[in-house]
Amino acid sequence: MPDNMQIPFEVTPRRDTGVNNAKLGIWLFLASEVMLFGGLFAAYIFLRIGAEAWPGLHIPYTDDLAIRADQILNVPLATLNTLILIASSVTMVMAWASLKMNDFRKYRLHMGITILLALGFLVVKAFEYGDKFGHHFYPETNNFLAVYFVLTGLHAIHVTGGIIVNAYFWGPGAKMWTAGNARDKMHFTNRIEVAGLYWHFVDLVWIFLFPTIYLL
Amino acid sequence: MAENMTMEDIRKHVRVYMYVFTALGVLTVVTVAASYLDVSFYPALVIALVIACVKASLVAAYFMHLINEKRVVMGVLISTLIFLICMFALMIASHADQEHIASLL
Repeated sequence: MPDNMQIPFEVTPRRDTGVNNAKLGIWLFLASEVMLFGGLFAAYIFLRIGAEAWPGLHIPYTDDLAIRADQILNVPLATLNTLILIASSVTMVMAWASLKMNDFRKYRLHMGITILLALGFLVVKAFEYGDKFGHHFYPETNNFLAVYFVLTGLHAIHVTGGIIVNAYFWGPGAKMWTAGNARDKMHFTNRIEVAGLYWHFVDLVWIFLFPTIYLL
Repeated sequence: MAENMTMEDIRKHVRVYMYVFTALGVLTVVTVAASYLDVSFYPALVIALVIACVKASLVAAYFMHLINEKRVVMGVLISTLIFLICMFALMIASHADQEHIASLL
């Protein structure tokens, strides 16, 4: 593509903002995501402080009323998922660092591991949901389960979105690097950085979801 | 921040990523262990949120490179946090108002 056909400031920083437009764009998108999850957290706090009992369910196979969320939810599985997401954040940033070091083979390896870890997260989540459904715990059962399913479900949708984007950049999207010139490689590295910012945000959300929903 | 980095800068970053990864793993275990402390709800909430904020700061500062980010990005984030705090404040004020009305009935 000729130089005058390029979208300006896609990779090079603008003089007024000091950052390229792709990076500013993803940060603005993440700001809107903060408000989306923030609104749901606000709803959670509102429902919880107004609740007579929380979680307000009987512990499975007993007649005892649960007084903590960890009596209903599976903390070991959620801890495992936390560690999986943290590990995937590391491999994501390592994928970007590999491109900066001009090592495409390592990029593919790290990005592949990121995708596998993300799929692992969803598999663990599916086991968790399956267990809840097995006990006839559904979003409509009570406010605690509504909050649990909405927040973790929305987060899982974000994980799925991240997997789709990362899989594209692992597979067909990587042609930009393998078949491209130096400028294409710079664009590709920039895209991985932007995709990485989104992925780290998904990790950040889980860092707050895990203790507030599972452990309190 | 990534525009003018040398190969040596990247290698240094990779070492930092490993330290941060270890710290996040340890803090995750601490989060779970702290939840078994024999304390009431509000101290437990504060402990959980403090650890979560430390973990989130590590991810944002090092993995998202906020530690070296330009002012415009920090401006976006700070204004987002202000809006977020306003939203929580409105919700808490609404709840307090409802309790006040209920006490009058």
